[in-house]
Amino acid sequence: MTLAALLAQGVPDRAPSVAHGAYLIIAALLFTIGAVGVLVRRNVLVMFMCVELMLNAVNLSFVAFASKLNDANGQVAVFFTLVVAAAEVVVGLGIVVAIFRRKKGTATADDVHILSG
Amino acid sequence: MLVAAEVLSVDNVVFVIGAMVSLIGAFFVVTSRNPVHAALNLVVTLFGVAVLFVSLHATFLAAVQVIVYAGAIVVLFLFVIMLLGVDREEAIEAEPLRGQRPVAFALGALILGELALLSSMRFATPPAEVLEGSITPLDPSKTNVEQLAEVIFTRYLLAFEMTSVLLVIAVVGAVVLARKPGRGFGLLASRVEDDATENAA
Repeated sequence: MTLAALLAQGVPDRAPSVAHGAYLIIAALLFTIGAVGVLVRRNVLVMFMCVELMLNAVNLSFVAFASKLNDANGQVAVFFTLVVAAAEVVVGLGIVVAIFRRKKGTATADDVHILSG
Repeated sequence: MLVAAEVLSVDNVVFVIGAMVSLIGAFFVVTSRNPVHAALNLVVTLFGVAVLFVSLHATFLAAVQVIVYAGAIVVLFLFVIMLLGVDREEAIEAEPLRGQRPVAFALGALILGELALLSSMRFATPPAEVLEGSITPLDPSKTNVEQLAEVIFTRYLLAFEMTSVLLVIAVVGAVVLARKPGRGFGLLASRVEDDATENAA
């Protein structure tokens, strides 16, 4: 059975009337916007926000599949993703602060090399 | 009339609003020139995704999404933006590298096409009834928090404990990374010296 067919089926009881495929489309669009943002922007902080967008897109698809397969494990995966995202943001912003300490003003992703040595 | 009532059901309206809000917010995260505006648009996106979580009956995750993401992570972003004083407009019209944007959009289209292709393919993942035993069915008689707590504190207990280690490592790493350069562990060293002199006295 294809994934699309799997998604077209309804889950008995507490299934929302919106098809789960629609959530996955939104997740795919969110992920694409985030990926393009990381590629287009040079500001390290905005690139980080775009990474958060991608993480959120994946979380959304996790929850959609958890609802589709009627499985709590998908929601637990999102819980752990949240924790890892928090840790990642803390370390990432530490690196950003370190870059800005060495180069005042407008630091971009091109200035990460000044951290070497 | 019946069709209209079906299309305009509460579920559909909530879904469309949540989806539009999150996508529009995401678009402005990428396009806004001011990092502060980008961070605020990120909050909009996170709220939209939280609404979608609620519509999928993941109420605990929706609350955590708002509290941790919108409440803590975005505030951390804003703190860093204000601390570094980069809250000014940047020129995003000029392309830093020639041809970067077309390539980025082409890669974005490629990702979208790939996801569309994957969603139309056949996968080895069996349907729910075959997964019996490995899945933890959502039980409508229990609250969302109860169910997640049951799974996290039994099957995922080790992973849950490891996240606390991960967070401690992240905090220590952030402190080490963000301290003033060139001072080494001077503060720590002087503290040790103080202790040594106290002990001698």
